Amino acid sequence: MVQLNLPTNSKVEKGQYYKDKTGSNNIRKVNVYRWDPSTNENPRLDTYEVDMDNCSSKVLDILNKIKNEIDPSVAYRRSCAHGVCGSCAMNMNGKNGLACTKAHSELNGDIDIYPLPHLKVLKDLIGDLSTLYKQYESVEPWLKTSKVNDKENIQSKDDRAKLDGLYECIMCACCSTSCPSYWWNGEKYLGPAVLLQAYRWIIDSRDEDRKERLKKVADELKLYRCHTILNCTNACPKGLNPAKAIAEIKKMLATA
Amino acid sequence: MSAYKIIDHEYDVVVLGAGGSGLRAAVGLSEAGLKTACVSKVFPTRSHTSAAQGGISAALGNMGEDDWRWHMYDTVKGADWLGDQDSIEYLCKEAPAAVLELEKYGVPFSRTEEGKIYQRPFGGMTKNYGNETVQRTCAAADRTGHAILHTLYGQALKHNTEFFIEYFALDLIMKDGACKGIIAWNLNDGTIHRFRSHTTIIATGGYGKVYYSATSAHTCTGDGNAMALRAGLPLQDMEFVQFHPTGIYGHGTLISEGVRGEGGYLVNSKGERFMERYAPKAKDLASRDVVSRSIAVEINEGRGIGKEQDHVHLHIDHLDPKVIDERLPGISEASKLFANVDVTKEPIPVVPTVHYNMGGIPTNYKAEVLTLNGSEKTVPGLMAIGEAACVSVHGANRLGSNSLIDLVVFGRAAAKRAAELVKPGMKHDEIDKNETDRCLDRFDKLRNSEGSNPTSELRLSMQKTMQSKCAVFRTEKTLKEGVDEIRKPYDGMDSLSVKDKSLIFNTDLVETLEFDNLIRQAITTMDSAYHRKESRGAHAREDFPKRDDENYMQHTLSWCNGSKTKINYRPVHRSTLTNDVQYFPPQERVY
Repeated sequence: MVQLNLPTNSKVEKGQYYKDKTGSNNIRKVNVYRWDPSTNENPRLDTYEVDMDNCSSKVLDILNKIKNEIDPSVAYRRSCAHGVCGSCAMNMNGKNGLACTKAHSELNGDIDIYPLPHLKVLKDLIGDLSTLYKQYESVEPWLKTSKVNDKENIQSKDDRAKLDGLYECIMCACCSTSCPSYWWNGEKYLGPAVLLQAYRWIIDSRDEDRKERLKKVADELKLYRCHTILNCTNACPKGLNPAKAIAEIKKMLATA
Repeated sequence: MSAYKIIDHEYDVVVLGAGGSGLRAAVGLSEAGLKTACVSKVFPTRSHTSAAQGGISAALGNMGEDDWRWHMYDTVKGADWLGDQDSIEYLCKEAPAAVLELEKYGVPFSRTEEGKIYQRPFGGMTKNYGNETVQRTCAAADRTGHAILHTLYGQALKHNTEFFIEYFALDLIMKDGACKGIIAWNLNDGTIHRFRSHTTIIATGGYGKVYYSATSAHTCTGDGNAMALRAGLPLQDMEFVQFHPTGIYGHGTLISEGVRGEGGYLVNSKGERFMERYAPKAKDLASRDVVSRSIAVEINEGRGIGKEQDHVHLHIDHLDPKVIDERLPGISEASKLFANVDVTKEPIPVVPTVHYNMGGIPTNYKAEVLTLNGSEKTVPGLMAIGEAACVSVHGANRLGSNSLIDLVVFGRAAAKRAAELVKPGMKHDEIDKNETDRCLDRFDKLRNSEGSNPTSELRLSMQKTMQSKCAVFRTEKTLKEGVDEIRKPYDGMDSLSVKDKSLIFNTDLVETLEFDNLIRQAITTMDSAYHRKESRGAHAREDFPKRDDENYMQHTLSWCNGSKTKINYRPVHRSTLTNDVQYFPPQERVY
């Protein structure tokens, strides 16, 4: 029988408990994954009692409140705070999403906040997305056209509409890091986020490299590791459908 | 000081910031064969350009006749004659080519029936020198900034620009009044990096976060502006802070001016379309300072909406849901998320919200940084572009959709100018060790702060002071109080508390460094506002309600050493760049 062990220092331990100091009658317990690479300690789950009477509606507001008022050392990425920059993607009560658009009223019970699953953790809630970014580069996300005149490309409204549901992707990685196939083969399988981007250029009527682009992704590992689990579509905080984009690529290859 | 190991790099050019302007510059520099580093504290597509919604202005004439001179006139008037007309000419003339270039890069612009780039009406954009509304603002639905930013990042990848991502820049390296590079802290592994460069291009964006309520991202802390101040350089026109008329009440999320461009309108508690009173011709599409002031007056006079009568309503529920779906999908989403409003059925509660900084690092139209030494003079080795810069094309008030075009036109101009000044592989100067030491002393001191004032408290105090003392309407009294009060959080840094001492993703320290940057800009903003005793564009003094061209048709320059400022002025450029257009002399500004 195979013996499976967790790597050293990887077991998540019980962390510190920060009791409410405001005397609030409306307390919510928030458990936050903590790990500091500069120590040799295991990751831990710190618990904060948060006064919900004085907290705005989103999970990011809770984190900001913890950082501003209770514990400034909690590390997470955040920027635009309204769902367009994709910085604050994390796992909240078991589901990936953007902390800035996720209302805490939609989460039941204590709130558990973890980094996006299956990424190397850099610190606390900050995951390493460098592999995903490299994969993004690999699909050559730029328009390939031989036209050099100084006029715009003409694109019909219908052709432009084909980009809807694709170009809006904010690369937060919620989809890819919810995909079991990407967890397993993340180095080789491009994953839903990057395949959605690949399709965005494949289907752009202005692009002249469709054949080459299709050929490049038509690979056992890069593309066909998608087993239509559909976690990606379920996870996307922008309501996009990466699974459909992947299916469209497969269809184009099958009917080419 | 504890010893920090320093990793050295040499580049022809360093671009600081990877938003729209930084990326456009980086693309041009890489194309020109210059060895270019682009250093950013966030991954490029996380930059705040992504939040720009409504569009990018250019007189393409796809939806009716247009002329770049009309665009120029509108911009000069929008700027309330504080803009430099040579720079404005350059912006408007270059704009059409810059937008077509973006389209060629792959930006998914919305389209007209003929398949051309779709253009929508926007505030202050008119035909034939102020006569009627024109459709000049090129749009990718209401996600234009997002579409441009992602496309430019793709172009930078295509041109193999070298990125240093999640590096927090600390300071400029100066030598004999010239910039020789920057020092940055790599958040990923905690190392310190020194980049030598012949030209450094600051593209670090605005500093909206000096205010409590702003559409700006948490990361909009004007880091490059503060670096310029610490290098002994002035910032220009800092008193001109744009309040966007329509931020979502209570949350501050931007609701694009494109909403009014597509037919949306504002009402007060009496159900009146009050803009008809303030701007009979342009109505809801008057320029932003005018609309924001009108809303503020409605609220002050008791015609605000809600329990506190402190906001107004923006209606688009009369529009065809198909139009909303096609052209304003992001607005529907944001309204649902942050105001719990279905825009097809209910109005959006909105209030003027800090949105843009017209002020910044003074530059000429080639993006070279200016300072004052008797007269105007350039700073060798240093350029600034985008919201960080004050070219000045936006003067006292920016027109909507003129910021995105500013990014790409001057991003490109900076790359062109740098390619003239720098030849690939030129030898680098020796730099003084003191510069590095001075920078790391500050870093180390902040990191090891053991006092009692958490950064978050000082930041909140600064933001509340700016919000109450330097708002839409200003008076001698509020500004005088502001000048005193804004120094309290600065002094509070004497007993700063930083709990996290680590070096990898120490966001406690990042926020502290950002606060150190913000507070210097808050002080220069407040002091510049106090000294300008007139009303012009976004700077509205109740005690000086008129524009005073005789005394104040000048740019404010503000130096800051510690919490001490020095204010001086330089004249607005009163001539155009070429004979293609005539200078527009000051007029009364009515919409």
